[in-house]
Amino acid sequence: MAGKNVTYHTVSGRVRRGSKTQWGSPAVYFCALLAVAVCIGPVLFIILGGLRSNSEFTTSPAALPKAWKWSQYVEVVNSSDFWGQFSNSAICAVFTTTGVVALGVMASYVLARYPVKGRGAMYALFAAGLMFPLTVAITPLYLMIQAMGLLGTKAGVILPQIAFQLPITIVILVPFLRAIPRELEEAAAIDGSSRLGFFWRMVLPLSVPGLVTVAILAFVASWNSYMLPLFILSDTANYTLPLGVAAFATEHSVDTAKVLAFTSISMIPALVFFSIFERRIVGGLTGAVKG
Amino acid sequence: MASTSPSVAPRKADALAGSGPRRSRAEARSRRGAPRRGGIGWRGRVEVALLSGPALVVFVTFVIFPVILAAYFGFFRWRGYGVPTDFIGFDNYRWILGDPYFRAALAHNAFVVVMSIIIQGPVALGLALLLNRKMRGRSLIRVLLFVPYVLSEVIVGTGWRLILQPAGAFSAILEALGLDKLAHWDWLGSETIAPWTMMMILTWKYIGFAVILFLAGMQGIPEELYEAGAVDGASYWRMQFSITLPLLAPTVRIWGFLTIIGSLQLFDLIYIMWGPVAKFTGVSTMATYMVYEGRESNAYGYGNATAVILFIVTFTCALLYQRFVLRRDTDGALTGGR
Repeated sequence: MAGKNVTYHTVSGRVRRGSKTQWGSPAVYFCALLAVAVCIGPVLFIILGGLRSNSEFTTSPAALPKAWKWSQYVEVVNSSDFWGQFSNSAICAVFTTTGVVALGVMASYVLARYPVKGRGAMYALFAAGLMFPLTVAITPLYLMIQAMGLLGTKAGVILPQIAFQLPITIVILVPFLRAIPRELEEAAAIDGSSRLGFFWRMVLPLSVPGLVTVAILAFVASWNSYMLPLFILSDTANYTLPLGVAAFATEHSVDTAKVLAFTSISMIPALVFFSIFERRIVGGLTGAVKG
Repeated sequence: MASTSPSVAPRKADALAGSGPRRSRAEARSRRGAPRRGGIGWRGRVEVALLSGPALVVFVTFVIFPVILAAYFGFFRWRGYGVPTDFIGFDNYRWILGDPYFRAALAHNAFVVVMSIIIQGPVALGLALLLNRKMRGRSLIRVLLFVPYVLSEVIVGTGWRLILQPAGAFSAILEALGLDKLAHWDWLGSETIAPWTMMMILTWKYIGFAVILFLAGMQGIPEELYEAGAVDGASYWRMQFSITLPLLAPTVRIWGFLTIIGSLQLFDLIYIMWGPVAKFTGVSTMATYMVYEGRESNAYGYGNATAVILFIVTFTCALLYQRFVLRRDTDGALTGGR
């Protein structure tokens, strides 16, 4: 693993982090903390709001919880609705991510490394997909999914999500795969490796940082997606978390605290997932935005 | 998208095909067998088909085909049951373009595009410069700044709606700060204030994405340039203006591209926070117009025609942007297949 990382750093031409980290100046910290406060203030409101009683919202809307009603959180965690929606979201996100990464890296390898005619046109087709919003296609998509008999199923959400995530995946991966030095390919060829062998044994391991980036973007996009599941999934048993949150908020519109407790719990997975991989995203995008 | 690629790709292809002993052997083989077109032999072509086929099939089936269908349905008066038969030509388009509510939605989209770039660009640049400094606690600060971007629009919208409601938390905070007048503003319901509220939330939500992109771009700038600058006695700010900003320009331009497209397609947040009242509070977008006047009014042909207009607007903006802004990045990630 260490050897691969070293190669990656030469590929992207960047070694980061000095050996010792210093403290910044107070002014820098002040700006940073101000920005952090603005960013997480509303999130804290949601989380703490789940611990308050409903009457507190009218008497002192912005105060800390007085009641600290943990029971509201316990109620959400114990509800079968939440876990059903959680697992629906997880299944959709995992299959979408796997599909996007697999299809995306294969197509990107062709676009980056095969000298075929029509490669430019194919890249243009995928890149143009960035301009084809799901919004535009949603009604025909709904009818197609219906005709395919996939309405109300997770497959009906997963397949279009893979398709709509492909453009950004390919746009990020192609420069990444292209940056792998040609000498490696030549060396592999001399050792008798075919193009596919080179792809399997060298390209995939070397492009792990890029793959992680596109995987995270796909996972978060799927986890948060709202419009497509809203159209495709009508049965509450199949609801994903965003649909669940919206439905819960409508259903319990008077019970603000409970809505906030439900909302807070549902944001935990994406937050945990993202904090773990945050540095990987920045690293993986470096290759892409450099072009 | 890739206006330059067709001319560039073959040249690169020849260069690639001529490299390495394996290539020439493969060529020799393919010359005897199938006619050599792409320069990679029949086996290469099978590989290309196997590798890119699945992605192409999924993409064309679920992205390209529905978009074409939308264009077709847009010519019909159709309630969504059975096959559309009531062909009405361009009537849907005439009605949409003549509807003041649609024109308002279009104007709101334009407002979001311009304001997103004007507000988010400089703020995100500042934050990225800040986070690019080596200092303790940097990774924690980064993660916290990205929190709004990671959360779903539904969560964010639900939370902000509660915070901003009359006599809600936001008003209470303003009152505590002594800004009583602001505290009584109707942040969500007033036609003059709501668009700015929307911009505030959009900036809050999407600034993290801009910061991520900019940070990634900054990591691609060679360290030697800063070392050279330091040797020449350049100050920190001088280096940011003379090294970081010029070299970050391609990243900023790509961010601009993604922001324009995203702003034109804005839907989730508005739908969650304002719902059907969006068009009375100055925050409706083409996408919310499409859903409310199309699907929710059982006018599928009309909705599809709106979708087509939305697409044409997006496509035109993207092409213009590519032509006049992105063109400078000969090697930019979005400019073509190279």
